[in-house]
Amino acid sequence: MEVRRGIAVAPGVAIGPALLLGSEDYRIPQRFVRADAIESEWARFQAALQAAVSEISGHEELAAARLGQQYGAIFAAHRQLVQDPKLIKEIEDLVRQKSHSAEFASSRVLRKHAKTLQDLGDRYFAERAHDLFDLEKRLLRHLLGERREELAQLTSPVVVLAHNLTPSETANLDKKFVLGFATEVGGKSSHTAILAGALELPAVVGVGSFLSEISGAETVIIDGDQGTVIVDPDEETLGSYRESEQKRKTASVRLNLLSPLPSETKDGVPIHIYGNIEFPHEVEHCVERGAEGIGLYRTEFLYLETDQEPTEEVQYEAYARVVKAFPHGPVVIRTLDLGAEKFPTSMQEIIDGTPNPTLGLRSLRLTLHNLPLFKTQLRAILRAATLGDVRIMFPLVSTLLELRQAKMILGDVIEDLDDQKVMFNPKIQVGMMVEVPSAAIMADEFAREVDFFSIGTNDLIQYTLAVDRANPAVANLYSSADPSILRMIENVVRAAEKHNRPVSVCGQMSSDPIYIPLLVGMGLRELSVTPQSILEVKQAVRNLTVVQAREILARARTLDVARDVENYLRGELKKLSPDLVE
Amino acid sequence: MNSNPTCTREVIVKLENGLHIRPVSQIVKVAQKFSCELAIRKGDRTVDGKSILDLMSLAAEQGASLLLEGRGDDAAQAVEAIAALFERDFASDRPE
Repeated sequence: MEVRRGIAVAPGVAIGPALLLGSEDYRIPQRFVRADAIESEWARFQAALQAAVSEISGHEELAAARLGQQYGAIFAAHRQLVQDPKLIKEIEDLVRQKSHSAEFASSRVLRKHAKTLQDLGDRYFAERAHDLFDLEKRLLRHLLGERREELAQLTSPVVVLAHNLTPSETANLDKKFVLGFATEVGGKSSHTAILAGALELPAVVGVGSFLSEISGAETVIIDGDQGTVIVDPDEETLGSYRESEQKRKTASVRLNLLSPLPSETKDGVPIHIYGNIEFPHEVEHCVERGAEGIGLYRTEFLYLETDQEPTEEVQYEAYARVVKAFPHGPVVIRTLDLGAEKFPTSMQEIIDGTPNPTLGLRSLRLTLHNLPLFKTQLRAILRAATLGDVRIMFPLVSTLLELRQAKMILGDVIEDLDDQKVMFNPKIQVGMMVEVPSAAIMADEFAREVDFFSIGTNDLIQYTLAVDRANPAVANLYSSADPSILRMIENVVRAAEKHNRPVSVCGQMSSDPIYIPLLVGMGLRELSVTPQSILEVKQAVRNLTVVQAREILARARTLDVARDVENYLRGELKKLSPDLVE
Repeated sequence: MNSNPTCTREVIVKLENGLHIRPVSQIVKVAQKFSCELAIRKGDRTVDGKSILDLMSLAAEQGASLLLEGRGDDAAQAVEAIAALFERDFASDRPE
């Protein structure tokens, strides 16, 4: 058993045989063959060996002719190595006596010898191990040539282990067979990581170099909660993971029963639950789990996916796909909210090489600096709005002037579309994220000028407490339960009520069941949550009365530090919905 | 015991880099032309002279003393041919 630690990027646990995607893209699909397949397996090996030998001979001649005899001799040695009778005998024994697949046997034998050379302690010989790895790759390439499967053509469940997965590879993973993945490189905010979350695939990235010690097809556990990868787990570990997997399954079956039930409190007050999505396909999870619409459709991926700005048509198609899934529910599309740190190359010129800190040119500020880009997106949204209840939302609004400027641009786009006789929805609702403390404080004024608010708690907490939660040294200061945050949110809800504007919470806070009683108590009737937490949130709502929620809020208001609030809320949830608290 | 004729000879590795992959490759190439068994011993380790992997695992450095041990009908010729490689320091100017 070997435990590796990486960065947890998508929750959940996956247990299954490893599918190894090395940097060379070879993998061992199968470790053992059936007894009646041994002869054909051995024949496969011999054919691959012949192919490898003639390939090496070709290199040998070429190198000798072009570079000189001594270079040709290196390949001659390789050719001898791969034909070494001892080596072949060892591989044959594994195939015939242990029913190993040709790939697995070759890989094991060559790696064993490579290790022997590495352990000799002599640098020269240790380096010869690379010759053996090279031969291994060559043999595997020939063996797999005939049945190299694209990731997209899997036929049995696997856990993908790769040096790296590109976002498009990740997006194309077949969820029917890929249980989860781990990569050697990558960070928490990489697109691959974001995609894993969206695909709901347990994933760990940034594990560091570990693939060379794996043959492929070993049993692997990906623990996307703890950020660990366990190769060849022992019985005890496997047992305990299987047990918690079973529990998780039971819980999810139980939660699934809630999908068709209305989201309302015990005393019959409807609490609308919407989904937060980034990719059009995520909309399916939301529909399945009974969400009533999309409360936050992030559009960044459209811009980060390629080096080119997405055309109006590409955007329209993506938006239309989501709207069609929710023809009656709201679909709130947030305009581009790029952080200052993740600029696609197509926009580098805007910042023109000057430092662009987190509180710099980002989000709405960025789009207001790049009107053609902003207008293209607004056009696509306005057109998609003919298909359903589409709403526009501006991110990171900090002043009224900024909001007015954005609305003015929207007005220009509407005029253009009108002039060009393009179909669009002129009565589209326009809202804003409340995520900058200035906007929360001024909510009363903002409420006059927008159709709705959506409280983005992630940034609101970050900016109110002045804490970057990516920094482990200060991350403990970051809390949804901080009394300052509760007051901020209440202030926004009061302002919205006063002006009769709908308000929702779309940050991480509303996806955590412990905060549901508190938010309902404050008067929130719309929650936009991650697709994974739709059912848990619904359960928390259904086990609650509005009276209880108000009492919980009243008590929470008397507590003055985040930790006490959090503990109190956890205790209350345990009383109301014991199975939602671990 | 084996009734086949045996033949032994001691050789010294003079190569600066020791018995690395190219000389090993030459030994194997020569050894495989003979039908006899050919063992090569360094200290208390004995390996198959027809296996490049085995020979590499000897890690015979410059100055190492090796014992060639042929067992079979053409053992004498085989040992002679391998010893010749060592004697001319594996110079590859002569085609094998």
